This record gives sequence, C-alpha cells and structure tokens, in this order.
Amino acid sequence: MGNTITEKILMAHTKLKEIHPGQLINARVDIALGNDITAPIAIREFRAAGGKKVFNKNKVALVLDHFTPNKDINSAEQCKTVREFAIEHKIVHFYEGGQVGVEHALLPEKGIVLPGDLVIGADSHTCTYGALGAFATGVGSTDLAAAMLTGELWFKVPQSIKFIIYGKMKKWVSGKDLILNIIGRIGVDGALYQSMEFTGETINKLPMADRFSMANMAIEAGAKNGIFAPDTITKEYIKGRAKRPYKFYASDADAVYSQVIEIDAAKLEPQVAFPHLPSNVKGVSKASKVKIDQSLIGSCTNGRIEDLRIAAKILKKRKAAPHVRLIIVPATPLIYRQAMQEGLLEIFMKADAVISPPSCGACLGGHLGILAAGERAVATTNRNFVGRMGHPKSEVYLASPAVAAASAVLGRIASPEEL
Amino acid sequence: MHFSGKVWKFGDNIDTDAIIPARYLNTSDPKELALHCMEDADPDFMKKMKPGDIIIGGENFGCGSSREHAPIAIKTARISCVVAKSFARIFYRNSFNMGLPIFECRELVDNISVGQEISIDSVKGIISVGGANKTFSINPIPPFMEQLIADGGLLKHIAKK
Repeated sequence: MGNTITEKILMAHTKLKEIHPGQLINARVDIALGNDITAPIAIREFRAAGGKKVFNKNKVALVLDHFTPNKDINSAEQCKTVREFAIEHKIVHFYEGGQVGVEHALLPEKGIVLPGDLVIGADSHTCTYGALGAFATGVGSTDLAAAMLTGELWFKVPQSIKFIIYGKMKKWVSGKDLILNIIGRIGVDGALYQSMEFTGETINKLPMADRFSMANMAIEAGAKNGIFAPDTITKEYIKGRAKRPYKFYASDADAVYSQVIEIDAAKLEPQVAFPHLPSNVKGVSKASKVKIDQSLIGSCTNGRIEDLRIAAKILKKRKAAPHVRLIIVPATPLIYRQAMQEGLLEIFMKADAVISPPSCGACLGGHLGILAAGERAVATTNRNFVGRMGHPKSEVYLASPAVAAASAVLGRIASPEEL
Repeated sequence: MHFSGKVWKFGDNIDTDAIIPARYLNTSDPKELALHCMEDADPDFMKKMKPGDIIIGGENFGCGSSREHAPIAIKTARISCVVAKSFARIFYRNSFNMGLPIFECRELVDNISVGQEISIDSVKGIISVGGANKTFSINPIPPFMEQLIADGGLLKHIAKK
C-alpha cells in the first residue's frame, strides 16, 4: 500500500520505516513559528518548564505582525516580551518594524520554509506552507513552547482527502474562489483532523500565489493541513530563495484516501462567503444586492503582489464609491516595494484607497480597519465569524481581490464583469 | 476525575473568536481573558455562569484561530469542563495541553437543555443527568492525560518529570 505526500513527509521526520493514518508519532520540527499574540504565552510556558535554551536558534521564527505597528500599550508590552526573548536566544528569524510582513507571506518569500519541511506554528494559518509541498499545521502556544524546547512534537497521522480539480477557470476566477467553493461543499468541519490534498490539471497550472491562498484556508474546513505536490512552478518560486537543502515529495499512485472529490473549475463564477461562516458560499451573482461600507484587500490569504496587480487592473482610473473605505494591505515590505515600483500604489491612491503597513490587524478585528455595529465589509481574508473584524453586529463577506476591488468601486458586492 | 455542574448550551461551530474575541488579545493575562469568556456567543455569559458549571457545544467546537487564549479563558472562568459533539483539532490539542478537560458525547448534547445538572466520572467514562436516571458513556481520559490535566497542563507536566 502506498503513502500520501503528507504521510511521507511526516515519516521522513521520524525514525519509522512505515506509517499509517491514526498512528501517533513523535516527529522532528524544521521550523517553529510564533507571533506577537501567541508567542508571549509560549514564552511563559517555556520558562515555566525550566527552558534555558531553544533547540535551534535557526529553526524558530518569531514575527511581530498581528497588533503591529503596536496598537496600544498592552500590545507594545507583548511585542517587548517577544523581542527580549528573541534577543536573549539569538533567534535568527525574528522580524519586526520595517522588516515585518504577514508571517505566512513573509516566511515563504524569504525561503525560511521549503518543500518537504515539517512546520508548526502557533497560528492556525500555518497550513499556508502546504502550497510549497511542506507539511505545515497550526498548533497552540503550549505546543510551540514544547517544540522550541525539544525540536519535536507529537502528531496523529491524518487521513487524506484528495481533490481532483479540472477545467479551465473563467476570467477573474482564482485559487481563492476554488477554496471557497470547496469549503462551501464540504463545510467548516468537512476535513476535520484530515489532510486536504489538491491535485488535477487545473492545479498543475495554478500559480504559487493561488496555491498559497488555497492551502491557507484548509483550516477553514477543519483540516490539519492542505498540501500541493511540488512541481516546476514550485521550483521556479523557491529559486534564489532557498538557502538550505529541501526535498520534493509526491503521493504514491496507490496511496489511500478517505475520500476523493472531483471539481469542474470551468463551471465556477467568483465565489463569496456570506456571514458568519466561511462555508456559507454563493456565486457572486447572488450577492449583488449586498451594500458595503469597507473593502479590505490583503492578509495571509490574498495580500501578495499578484493579488495587488489584479486589484490595480480593476481600480485603474476608477475610484472607491462614496462612503466606502477601501483598505489595501501589502502583506510584506518586499510586496510593498514591488507595488510602489510597479506604480500600483499610485493607482490605489488615485482610487482613494488607504494603503496600510503590512499587518494582520484588520483581518482579526485588531486595528487598522475595524467595523462599527451594522457595518458590512467585503474582505479578501479568511474568516467571517461573528465579530471577526469588529463589532459583533458587523458583517464580513469573503471574496477574491478581483471581487473586493470591483465591490469597492460599485459600493456593493460585484464581479469585475459588471464594471 | 469527577465534575458536576449546571450546563450552558451553545450551538454548532462555536469559533475561538466567539470564545475570546481578538479585540481582547492584547493581553495573555488569564484573569483578563476570563472576563470576556464566550462574550460574542452570549454577552451575558460571565454574569450568569457559576464556577463549576459545564459548557455544552455542538459540532466543531473551538474552530478557527489557534489561540490558546480560548481554553485559557474557559478554564480561568472556572468552567469545569466542556462536552461537545465534536471539537476542532487545534482546540482539542490546546485544551489538553492547558489542562482543560473536554469530552465528546453526541448523545448527551442532543438530550440536554440549559440549566440541567450533570455529573461526569472521567475514569469510568460515564455522564449522568441529575434528576433523571439517564446516563451516557464517554471515552475515559487515559491515565497519562489525567496526570497531565492534574499537573496543570503539558509543560508543567514536563517540568514535573
């Protein structure tokens, strides 16, 4: 019996000769990640357990991206805790200030996470790195503390669901629409405890930015990880970024899956997840009566340069509708600079957009774009739970950058086709 | 371990933003977090609940963010344990790591309403509903997990060893 890519990567991080779903394993961790919200608890736990030294200063990443630039005194204190820890332990991958980006855009961009890695992060969207053909999963702060201490963590080997995606996607349809459609089909616990493996002819041609968006939202279906087999597109992306060895894994032809789901991507229009669950998904044509107060383009799901280029294409020589706050968040300093050099920021400013520094703030209702009671936002982010972006009586609609940009112009949820 | 208390019932897919909204995550002080426990699911929850009470959830309890602040808020609010039809993966792991006892029991959730008293014997794996002769079975917590919870969570357990 063959193995899936997820099983193979997990096994490669143990001394085991075989592996099967349901097995409890102790595995080596290549990168352990924390941020300004989750690392303070991990640091407290690390010290309480008598931790004196991290297992490897090159394999811990600490990114101050959530409530930064520091939104208040408490947030500043949390950042200070993490900064002091990073200095004390000589953490190599510590990012703040002008070097910080949204962690799940930043780590792949810098080549810190690579194909074949086993990555854990005290942030649920750690699953983003599955786009590179790594096993990456979100954990809590205590697990991060244990990994920082020992370089290892226990896992239950997940079953895998195979998605076979075929057909040519229509104009303005992206990886974001594919993953929203999938979550709509299987539900927010449709892949609970399982791995989501994305395959098929559409996936084979899908650019890295779209793969990151899809792997990013695997957690929104309850999955442990989302994963793509690395290929020439992956190779092209990591060229010049990788500074250490990496390995490409692929599922065996006779690997065992709990479920196989086929999707014809050619049939999809842009998708929108209505409040208050990422699975509450409809085609954009069914959302055209939804008026909006804010449009947010950014986040670990859709704040990459490719996303900003799409938004700029739509916003060029247009303006945000009156009383609509258009907020654009380049996910990393490099993306910010690229957007500047390519003239995208000029287009955004002419469209009356606010250009935010790289930060997770608005996505989770932290700061830099909070909603009042009764307000509605369309956002390229990943969650639309009650109160996610502000007041518990506000609403979030999840969509692609193309839909968010077109919606900003028309003041209601819209497809770019309507412009 | 033995728990008994009055139950508070919530629906399916109670996410960690509802358990502890991100607007309060500028601190990791357990007491501060506990003040806002379940706030976006029920704004008056902390006014109504009493120490020892039990939270009942539907499917996929604790979905969403990996924030350990969620089980910390519940534990520090002195909820004795959570029983749900199913738990989201990261929340499940975090709860044990934090020392918050949680149990999966589909049948109980379908047969209980707010305000009823239940008691749980986690060693025998039995939940009984007060005033009725009804009992439900649960998977007992294995001894090493019992010890981990008794020690106050994973790292305190590691430190003790």
